[in-house]
Amino acid sequence: MMKETKLIFEQSKTGRQAYSLPENDVEMYDLSAELPEHLSRKAAAELPEVSELQLMRHYTALANNNFGIETGFYPLGSCTMKYNPKVNEDIARLDGFANIHPLQNPETTQGALQLMYGLQEDLKQVTGMDEISLQPAAGAQGEWAGLLVFKAYHEQNGDGQTRKTILVPDSAHGTNPASAAVAGYDVVEIKSNENGTVGVEALKAALGPDTAGLMLTNPNTLGLFEVDIVEIAEIVHEAGGLLYYDGANANAILGKSTPGEMGFDVVHLNLHKSFSTPHGGGGPGSGPIGVKSFLSPFLPVPRIEKDGDHYLLNSDYPLSIGRVKGYFGNFGVNVRAYAYIRSMGAEGLQQVSEDAVLHANYLKARLTDYYDTPYKQHCKHEFVLSGLRQKKQGVRTLDIAKRLLDYGFYAPTVYFPLIVEECLMIEPTETESKEMLDEFADAMITIAKEVEEQPEVLHEAPISKAVRRLDEVTAARKPKVIYQR
Amino acid sequence: MTHQHQNLPTTEQDRKEMLAEIGVDSVAALFSDIPVSTRATDQKAIELPDSLSELELVKHMKKLADQNKTATDYPFFLGAGTYDHFIPSVVNHVTLKSEFMTAYTPYQPEASQGELQALFEFQTMICELTGMDVSNSSLYDGFTSLGEACNLAAAVTKKNRILMSAALHPQAKEVVGTYAYGMEYSVTPIGLDTEVTDLKQLENELNDETAAVVIQYPNFFGSIEDLKAIKERMKETKALLIVVANPLALAKLEAPGNLGADIVVGDMQPLGLSMSYGGPHCGYFTVKSKYMRKVPSRIVGETVDIEGKRGFVMTLQTREQHIRREKATSNMSSNQALNALASSVFMSALGKVGVQEMAQQNINKAHYLAKQLQEKGFEVLNQSAYFNEFILKLSLPIEEVNQALLEKGFIGGYDVSELVGVDHAVLLCATEKRTKKEIDQFVEALAEVAKR
Repeated sequence: MMKETKLIFEQSKTGRQAYSLPENDVEMYDLSAELPEHLSRKAAAELPEVSELQLMRHYTALANNNFGIETGFYPLGSCTMKYNPKVNEDIARLDGFANIHPLQNPETTQGALQLMYGLQEDLKQVTGMDEISLQPAAGAQGEWAGLLVFKAYHEQNGDGQTRKTILVPDSAHGTNPASAAVAGYDVVEIKSNENGTVGVEALKAALGPDTAGLMLTNPNTLGLFEVDIVEIAEIVHEAGGLLYYDGANANAILGKSTPGEMGFDVVHLNLHKSFSTPHGGGGPGSGPIGVKSFLSPFLPVPRIEKDGDHYLLNSDYPLSIGRVKGYFGNFGVNVRAYAYIRSMGAEGLQQVSEDAVLHANYLKARLTDYYDTPYKQHCKHEFVLSGLRQKKQGVRTLDIAKRLLDYGFYAPTVYFPLIVEECLMIEPTETESKEMLDEFADAMITIAKEVEEQPEVLHEAPISKAVRRLDEVTAARKPKVIYQR
Repeated sequence: MTHQHQNLPTTEQDRKEMLAEIGVDSVAALFSDIPVSTRATDQKAIELPDSLSELELVKHMKKLADQNKTATDYPFFLGAGTYDHFIPSVVNHVTLKSEFMTAYTPYQPEASQGELQALFEFQTMICELTGMDVSNSSLYDGFTSLGEACNLAAAVTKKNRILMSAALHPQAKEVVGTYAYGMEYSVTPIGLDTEVTDLKQLENELNDETAAVVIQYPNFFGSIEDLKAIKERMKETKALLIVVANPLALAKLEAPGNLGADIVVGDMQPLGLSMSYGGPHCGYFTVKSKYMRKVPSRIVGETVDIEGKRGFVMTLQTREQHIRREKATSNMSSNQALNALASSVFMSALGKVGVQEMAQQNINKAHYLAKQLQEKGFEVLNQSAYFNEFILKLSLPIEEVNQALLEKGFIGGYDVSELVGVDHAVLLCATEKRTKKEIDQFVEALAEVAKR
């Protein structure tokens, strides 16, 4: 059994430190003399006291208990866990990007503004939209900002009080209905048809004078292209609604089509997915939104604009929904995405999507005899399997996921989308080699055999990680969320 | 493409083999479900600049970076919510570890213990600084954390009126305004008494419909608001006290949790995050335990595995969007985990003593700067005690002054004339990075500029 990694607080000893500051070269100032007594700190915050080597060993030990893309294959569906190019980390750390202040006079940050403007232009091309805002910090924030744009548009038309409903397919990411709710909307769920896509009839039945819009991911979370998208866009627009494109799965269509061509009015992209910026263990991401020109007055401010050779910030948009995040969004993330697009070019991005889709279909073909495949048509960049066959043998999808950890892989997204029982959602991405896809397929096939022959192995998994299966129920019933001495 | 891209490993041979296994004869067949009318064609292709090799890319990016004036080359006296602070080298080395940097949300806890433990430690450190019971594992930034706090207050009190101090960061006010537009509650500003929140006005505006009072600590103008006095005025109401706190200042200031705060939020940028033109930074979000199940986004909790060994998991997930969908406490999915990690490394490196020393140096430098300026005859407008920044009254437009300072090699302060209703008022900051020499030179430069 692997040794437990002590908490850094448990390694702390009074008198140790892992820093040095210059000697104070001005007079000491006693702030407490000016403050009411109750505002001066009485008890110091108990932060750790360790040496620099202790600190590095601690975080190295933690890193060794963590699985990243460079550790191995990370087929987490809808998350696009592609390789994050190293050079982009060097670039984001250049002095001219890392050490500039957001409230500096824009005249002193023309390079940063030029970069953001250039990224906006690139994303217009990729999305087929007319205007871009880089401000949203992540996909969910892009959704929320985009829906506020819907809201402002309907209010402008005098429909604000009636158009209060957002339609969301039952296969959608959880953020879609949640974002609609925090934008002040009611949510109506549309049931997917037997092909796994939005049925035109179900949609027609749900549309009405209360419809503010439809949110759609295309390809959807089953990895399937919404083949009726042109008609869907037409009938939503006819009903007076708008179309929102959740760009989480944009890696499937780069250079092949655009949400703009499909008829969407507002789009977000997850730059930490399709555009290779690191996921960071949960973030930071970046979730720019794009809109068709009739919605551009409502975009967040400030906007980044160009006048001749000169770049400027413009907040003079009285109909704007306002600011959604501090400053200009996650600039450092946007630097990496810009560098990625420059490295790939248009042809390269198209190759990205072709290879991502090829890889997903290849893996699906290799696994289809061993797991239930609820949707038979070709997939895009990801696909879903169902562990129903294995469940009948007493093995759950969760067990399969844990067993994959023992084989040296991260697990796919599991139990999502909710409409597929015992779901495994697999996204291989374009940056994996065929050899790696084969290794993963072989492991999945071996696991399918283990289900038949020795299911207890799966119930015991994982056995090779820092910990065995964890008690999540007690963690939620008796939450212990900070260390107490 | 003329040659194989370094990050696209699939060869023509691989492609042939994969297509054979799939049973189609071309990659194009896999895209045949995209309606013809929406497909890109040669006439309707996306247009981007040509792809660059690594060498060309670095040159191009360096050229853009070099057009920006940085804190490495110019002594900064600009703060206003984002600060030029020292960051020890260990922070960068830890965050570059690919096991942290390239992982995602720890959905499989057994393979993500390192991240989970690091975030559990982060939550603990934040609670130590703020004096609160529960912290989440980070949000996008301080402003969005505040927006989420206002949403929480409106939801738990079922009231729809937020009172917000005018001494908040102007962008915090703007972001809350957008949150309020979404959730349809109102935001009423509470004016200033010189540069701190006007307590009389606050008292008058507090009523049964008030969901929360929002105070910044130290406030946007550097001054330290009396949270206890504010909380006392709120005791007849059910309104929550939301405090937006600079975590560095908390090394020297009483923890808001000990002064009656119900929710404390803020931005970790001062503790280990580069300014990076305003992002990515890292919001923190803490509450008293009674609001634990209302907190937005990921929380890490301690538990045990089947062998009784300690481990960590994401917990209380029934609050979250991936389970609760439109009934979730927030729509947030991703957070700023890597920056929370960076801050944790920073807080571990400086430790209990170091954060106090650094905070004290900020106090020393800012007050030395103020004193030197006063000796030159300038007027400091702050009436209350301040941390590492203060308002200075000048006799020329601030934009003009800053332009002249730039020519002398300094980045000047933030124009707060409109915010405080005083002509030519500038917010100046001095962190531990400013040397006595830089401060003295800046004072000379400002004296010269302001005489014009």
